[in-house]
Amino acid sequence: MAGVRALGVYRGVLKELRNLQGSEYTHSMAYTHLREQFRSNQVTGERYCRAKKEALHTCQVYLCLLESTRLHMNLHQLYHGRGERGPEEVAQLVGLRMPTQPGGKGWEE
Amino acid sequence: MLPGLCRFHGLVSRALVPLAGRQVELKLLGCSANVQRARYATPATERKKFYRDVTISQGEGGLYEINLDRRKLKTPGGKLFTVPNEALAIAVATEWDAQKDTLKFYTMHLTTLCNTALDNPTQRDKDQIISAALKFLETDTVCYRVEEPPGLVELQKNEWDPVLEWIEKRYNVVIGSSYSIMGPQIPEETKDSFRQHLKSYNVWSLIGLEYVISQLKSVVLSLGLIDRHLTVEQAVLLSRLEEEYQIQHWGNVEWAHDYDMYELRARTAAGTLFVYLSSESATVKKKILQD
Repeated sequence: MAGVRALGVYRGVLKELRNLQGSEYTHSMAYTHLREQFRSNQVTGERYCRAKKEALHTCQVYLCLLESTRLHMNLHQLYHGRGERGPEEVAQLVGLRMPTQPGGKGWEE
Repeated sequence: MLPGLCRFHGLVSRALVPLAGRQVELKLLGCSANVQRARYATPATERKKFYRDVTISQGEGGLYEINLDRRKLKTPGGKLFTVPNEALAIAVATEWDAQKDTLKFYTMHLTTLCNTALDNPTQRDKDQIISAALKFLETDTVCYRVEEPPGLVELQKNEWDPVLEWIEKRYNVVIGSSYSIMGPQIPEETKDSFRQHLKSYNVWSLIGLEYVISQLKSVVLSLGLIDRHLTVEQAVLLSRLEEEYQIQHWGNVEWAHDYDMYELRARTAAGTLFVYLSSESATVKKKILQD
């Protein structure tokens, strides 16, 4: 899987893995497996990979999976409803506060 | 009066607590298929994380298992979770490892696909899966063309025709496109040759393939993707061509359009990867050094 494009994909997947697993991602199985795959599919005199494009394509799909899941989760966290708001939050929305003690500000007789 | 009231009360309480009611019924029936269906019908979307380390191990018959701390992962149907090869096991383990404080099952597409393949909740065999997948051919996204607006007509012609031509040449079939609401008349020979082709896949790959087809709503695009003619991004773009055209006109809404697109991409990529990983049988041949 020689080539600049393959390197880009490799780095992309590593970036996603680092994002998922933190700085210790180099100890993970996925990292080891990926590195092995990329190394064994390099085109060299001794080892000719079964299909350069095949392995690269699979890796691109994996990159797409990781990336899209992350971006989807970000949007989900940002926009997905968290159920009903509490009284304090509703009051805050219109610039009011809930009364804290009887007879205080906002207290109704 | 009193029995009537009791019956009414029973109805209301069952409507209010559908889960409890169903579980009681299940206990009475005691049928394993129903239990399985019920478990699938009421999925918990999130759960607290209950493990720290995820490892894989090779069990009986060379199948790979996932271990969460010391416990073995099981499917919702109660079977032991096993996958046929190491790469898939690693990908699934990475999904479990990637979960932070809560398990978000809706982000774990590969696990979901494996569960479906292992439990087979709809109890289908290979032929039924193939038929279900090929049903999408009759209403394939890329075969339906619009007559207006001219911009979209042009776009569909330019983007979809090359893929259609490619698949017709690759599988030596006739598909064609149509402007009518009835869709194109797809000859029986075409369906037969796709059926023959799909029979060469194993059940796991077919489940993945059907998943991709049902996501993209297109057999043509899915096969293009599986045959490595298209990338996931391209396939998803082609599948959402009209939406993309409308976005160009009316603007992009992040919480609807982008949200949908990333989800579709993630699901399609997961399905494709599932097909690749469950159908591949890698054999490594090393060249012997000659001095």
